[in-house]
Amino acid sequence: MSVIIFAESSEGKFKKAVYEAVGYGKKLASQMGAQAIAVCASDVLPDEAELASLGQYGADKVVSVKLDAPRPAAMGDALAQVATAENAQVVIISNNYTGKSVSPVVAVKLKASVASGVVSMADTSNGFRVRKSVFSGKAFADVDMTSAVKVLAITPNSFSIEAGGSAAAVSSFAYAAGGNAYKVERVAIDQVKGKIPLTEAELVVSGGRGMKGPENWGMIEELAGLLGAATACSKPVSDMDWRPHEEHVGQTGITIKPNLYIAVGISGAIQHLAGVSSSKVIVAINKDPEAPFFKVADYGIVGDAFEVLPKLIEAAKSLKAAQ
Amino acid sequence: MSVVPDTTTKVTFTDNNTKFNQSGVQYIINPYDELSLTRALEITEAQGGSVTAIHVGLADSEASIRKALAIGAQEAVRINAEPKDAYFVAEQIAAYAQGQGFDLILTGRESIDYNGGLVGGILAEMLGIPYINVVTKIDVNNGVVEAIRDIDGGRETVKAALPCAASAQKDLTEPRIPNMRGIMAARTKPLQVVEPSANNAGSTYAQYELPPAKGAVKLIDPNNAGELMSILHNEAKVI
Ligand SMILES: Cc1cc2nc3c(=O)[nH]c(=O)nc-3n(C[C@H](O)[C@H](O)[C@H](O)COP(=O)(O)OP(=O)(O)OC[C@H]3O[C@@H](n4cnc5c(N)ncnc54)[C@H](O)[C@@H]3O)c2cc1C
Ligand SMILES: Nc1ncnc2c1ncn2[C@@H]1O[C@H](COP(=O)(O)O)[C@@H](O)[C@H]1O
Repeated sequence: MSVIIFAESSEGKFKKAVYEAVGYGKKLASQMGAQAIAVCASDVLPDEAELASLGQYGADKVVSVKLDAPRPAAMGDALAQVATAENAQVVIISNNYTGKSVSPVVAVKLKASVASGVVSMADTSNGFRVRKSVFSGKAFADVDMTSAVKVLAITPNSFSIEAGGSAAAVSSFAYAAGGNAYKVERVAIDQVKGKIPLTEAELVVSGGRGMKGPENWGMIEELAGLLGAATACSKPVSDMDWRPHEEHVGQTGITIKPNLYIAVGISGAIQHLAGVSSSKVIVAINKDPEAPFFKVADYGIVGDAFEVLPKLIEAAKSLKAAQ
Repeated sequence: MSVVPDTTTKVTFTDNNTKFNQSGVQYIINPYDELSLTRALEITEAQGGSVTAIHVGLADSEASIRKALAIGAQEAVRINAEPKDAYFVAEQIAAYAQGQGFDLILTGRESIDYNGGLVGGILAEMLGIPYINVVTKIDVNNGVVEAIRDIDGGRETVKAALPCAASAQKDLTEPRIPNMRGIMAARTKPLQVVEPSANNAGSTYAQYELPPAKGAVKLIDPNNAGELMSILHNEAKVI
């Protein structure tokens, strides 16, 4: 019996989401009396020490699989082969963009049902039940999973990281490359360097139409930079090309769940809130005291963004200097 | 294509929180599926071929299926079954597609109600064809698909051969709105109803819950806005 955890690596390193997934997998494995096995399938494998370090976050052992190209479908196929070899009951995958392409493949290979957007530990006391977010964060659903193998695609930023264990043993698995389905060739990649991807960000500063124009985003970026936050925006802002579309959050954009979401000059339309309302702390800054955002915010400032932001930037600088 | 509650819907549940409350809810074509439908029309208009809209659902979705025909799909198929979960839906569509032949399958990146983001990927894997998830651009030339897709923290340009599947992300194209002629034409276009191939779903939605209501907002004096930072640091402990 085992719980398999997909340990995605990027340029030979693990991301935060992997540690969350490993912690989740370990907890679930203990609950089920199973082993937690982290599987890293990549064309650029981390070194032995980095692989073994997953033990500190809960992995009982680590399996590495060398792929010939960075293809999510091959990652899923490899993961399923290891899962079969290890008699896995559950496969845990972070529900980021890579994970969203990997989990369907694992599901089909293992004839497993999948729950995506999982926000709770599985309840295995009577069957197998997990909670996932539905209606773009407007509600939760408890899903009973009855297939022999289950795939859980867990929401990033929803589970704590447990560090403290010791290094795990690492072995490699000889992957028998799959068929035609995996022939998606990468032609080019354009990855923003030195910027925090929105889905992984713990802190987010977001701007709406109240920011008046792209030329005013310097303030949003400066505040975000000081806090170590990612930047986001409302739909009209990305529709007007003031900001790149990958920053658009909401019902038809990305759903995020950071520890802090600061909304500047965003009215708080239901479609926008759908993507951000599960944030742990919400701050709304709006000159209109009637703006709907104030109904869901924990903290609010009724004022002009162009006067408030410089004050916040000053305060963030002093706070940083004091730390 | 999936049919979902309009984005302004206030979500509530009935029957002891076991069922989504449909009363007064307007249903629409899933916004991402409007994009994939429009892009499919653009591709076939340039390259030849025809577009079939497929929906797994009950008869109450037919108004939305007619809308897809009005937007321009040549034909539509409804697989007459309650969409139990992603695996179930994908299996139905795979069974139908296998029997028909196709070059390209476009889905949305997710349905905005259950947010699975799974049907397209499961379907492609069942059919054994390449899958390109979350595409903001897709072109087909001489049997080769070239697409740009979102990845964590950036984007990737990829190529694959037909037959192939891909899922639509915002910005793929501008969705078309049906015009009068389209609406008239849709009335006589074929909407075929087929019965599901037998199978079971591996998951069921047992119950729902709304997120806890938030307490009242704490307002901070705009003249003293900087105070927010110390509150976030000392009280909320998030920075
Ligand atoms: C099908 C559908 C899907 C949608 N999906 C999304 C989605 O995913 N995400 C999304 O964001 N929207 C979505 N929308 C759009 C949504 O309904 C709203 O129109 C949008 O969120 C509004 O963006 P905004 O708040 O930036 O702009 P506005 O509504 O124009 O609000 C601007 C706000 O800025 C304030 N303001 C103006 N000047 C200042 C100033 N100087 N200082 C401080 N505050 C100021 C104003 O008081 C106002 O509250 C969707 C709509 C539809 C129909
Ligand atoms: N019942 C359905 N019938 C047909 N297509 C569907 C159905 N449900 C989902 N899809 C397609 O699969 C995509 C992803 O859906 P989901 O996995 O439910 O988030 C949608 O955007 C649709 O294109």
